[in-house]
This record gives sequence, C-alpha cells and structure tokens, in this order.
Amino acid sequence: MTPLGLYVPGGSLLHRLPAGAKFLGMLVLVTVTVLLGSPVALGAVCAVVALGYPLARIPWNRVWPLLRTLLLLAVVIGVLQTWLLDARSAGVTVLRLVSALGAASLFTFTTRIDDVVAAIERALGPLQRFGVRPDRIGLLVGLTLQAVTTLSGIAASVREAARARGAERSVVAFAVPFLVRTLKHADELGDALAARGEGDHR
Amino acid sequence: MSGHEGVIEFEGVGHAYGDRVVLEGIDLTLTERRVAFVGLNGSGKSTLARMINGLVLPTSGRVRVDGLDPAESGAAVRRKVGFVFTNPDSQIVMPTAGEDVAFSLRRSGLSRSERARRAAEVLAEHGLDGYADHPAHQLSGGQKQLLALCGMLVLDPDVLVCDEPTTLLDLRNKRRFVELLGRLRQRVVLVTHDLDLLDDFERVVVIDDGRVVADDEPAPAVKYYRDLVR
Repeated sequence: MTPLGLYVPGGSLLHRLPAGAKFLGMLVLVTVTVLLGSPVALGAVCAVVALGYPLARIPWNRVWPLLRTLLLLAVVIGVLQTWLLDARSAGVTVLRLVSALGAASLFTFTTRIDDVVAAIERALGPLQRFGVRPDRIGLLVGLTLQAVTTLSGIAASVREAARARGAERSVVAFAVPFLVRTLKHADELGDALAARGEGDHR
Repeated sequence: MSGHEGVIEFEGVGHAYGDRVVLEGIDLTLTERRVAFVGLNGSGKSTLARMINGLVLPTSGRVRVDGLDPAESGAAVRRKVGFVFTNPDSQIVMPTAGEDVAFSLRRSGLSRSERARRAAEVLAEHGLDGYADHPAHQLSGGQKQLLALCGMLVLDPDVLVCDEPTTLLDLRNKRRFVELLGRLRQRVVLVTHDLDLLDDFERVVVIDDGRVVADDEPAPAVKYYRDLVR
C-alpha cells in the first residue's frame, strides 16, 4: 500500500476541510497525545479519532488493513512494555501510538496530495523574499511522495525477476538491478523535468 | 529570424561521451512537417533527437531550431519544442492525470482553476475524457503515453520530438498514437523502430553508427534500413 493509493475520494466534512488546517489539526492532536499522561484522557482522544472514520465514510475494506497493523503493533508494544515497565505505562504508550497513527492515516485518507503540496506552497509564500522558492519545495514534496510509488514498483519487479531465476535469497540479485533501475529512473525523470521547462529560470 | 522559421538545422554536429563517439558529421536541414529518425539501438538517433531541445548539447558543430541555438537559448528552445520519452512512468510527475498536465502550466501565470480547466480540456481532446482525477500510475500503458503527450500539448509547442514513444505499446495503441501524431498541428520528429508506422511521414533519416546513411521518403529509406540490418 502506498501513500498515493491511500486517498479515498469523498465529500465529507473531513474531506472538505482545507489541507493546511487539517494538517495543523493533526499536529495539535498528536502533540496532545504526547502531553497527556492519563489513560482515560488518551482513551477519549482515541475514541475521537476513531469517530473520524465513519464521519469521513472510509469504507471498511480500507480500514481493516490499517486496523490489523495497529492491533499487531499494539499487542507487540503492549506486551513488551508490560514486561519492561508496568501495565499502566504500556496502556498509555499503546493509546498514544494508536491515536497518533490513526489521526495521521485519517489525514492521508481524506486529503489529496496535490492539496497538501498547494498548502505547503501557500504557507511558504511569505519566505519568497528570503530566496525560498515555494514552488520548488512543493515539487520536491510531490516528487518525494511519487518516488515511494515508483521505488516500490521497481522493487516488486526486481524481486519477481530474481525469483524467476531462483535467486530470491540473493542480496546481489536484488540490490544490483534495483540500484541500476533506480538510477536510470532518476536520469529519465531529470530529462523529463528539463524537457518540461523545470529549471529554466524566467 | 525570418528565413529560419520552421527549420531545424544540424551543421557538422558531432557528439562524444569521453572517447566514445556517438555522432559524427551530421548535416541535416529539416523543413518537413513529419520527419522520422530510424536506426539500431545505440546508433545515436536518440542523442540526435535530444539535441533538438538542448537536453544533449553537441560537442562539435551546431544545432538551430527556427534560428535559435539550444546551447545559447535553451529555455526559449524548450518553450518551442515539446519532448515525449519512451517510458511514460518517468515523465509523469504528479499523482493524477489532471494535475500532471496542469504541472506543465505552473509557470504560465494562469490561476489554479484555469490550469485545471485547460488540463481537463486537453485530456478530453486526446481520448482521456473523464480521467482528470484518475491516479496517473493506474492508467494503462497506452493511456499513460497519451497523458505524457497531453503534458506537452497543453503548452502548444511548435515542434514535438518523440523518442520511441510506441516501443512499450501494443500494436493497437502504437497505431492510435501515431495516428494522433498525424493529426497534430505541430511539426513532429519521431525516433522509432516501428517501421510499419512510417507510411505517412514525409522524410525518413536512417542513422547508423553515428552517421546519416540514408535520407529519403519512407519506402526507399525503410528498404535501405531493412537491407542494412539483414
């Protein structure tokens, strides 16, 4: 699953909120979970985050894989923390993690990448007079997210090719073609950006 | 600049990567609306095509596009010349088809909504109607190449250089893509291996080992090339 594939189109209140405001809201919520120390208060935050999912009408088949990951994480960390510390601290840590990850996922489910990029460009606008180029930073964020999709695609096809040659356990059979194709992709992407006038100052 | 409009000129052009000579002594004056470069892998045809928009600069000789030298005025030449690559995956830089086409217009001074409207228009004109909000990387290979083409056409260039744009496409999509190229207002320079697609071209230049070895109408040029590789 890639961050770009995560967006769930919709028209709910959470979808319609501006990306910048939503991002700030998520940051505040995550900060609050770090500051809160009471399991009851954290439980309430967790419940608020959970309510966000039906509010945004995220379909069950998208929620389930996330929930599975969170449950696994909660069990592993919970057991470890109970053993190392005590049940109360384990509960606090698990609730913190689950609310923070839940909030961050809700943000990606309800926000288009393009809107995030536009919000970043707008927020950095005032820094233009100090030589910051907001459009460049926006492009950087967009390309970084895109790179996740591209690299996981390259990794999958390289792994397939290695398996076809019976070399699925060989590090070299993965690393060499993966590197070569990644560098080649970087070259091609650079050419494509140059051809579209990126880097031609006006 | 009059007298140079609509002309792509190569004058004693050569290119070498270190000791390895890729192109040597290329003299060409292209005035036709549909020109194709044909040659084996590694013949230098892609390098030659990249020189038209200044992605590669000649190490000797000079190139002029409508009188402008890409070595001196690269930005101006690139505004005139659009370029479509072989692999659409590395040309698509934004998550959805509409955003990717709109990306080309980011320096146009148009408003965000105007850019999105123009992008949707261009997509609709070229068979991608309704795909503006579609994730770009989930399009089919043929659709991706159309998207890459739309990303260039939205800028309305005078010349369109296509470097083996049909190599990754199936036969039907190859035909469709070349038919679409045929209908464009732009002058087209097509680098290709698909020899059956060249019937409607006015001029076919065969490149072998860094030199022009044939320069003719499609039928005789393609025959020369087939004899060459036999």
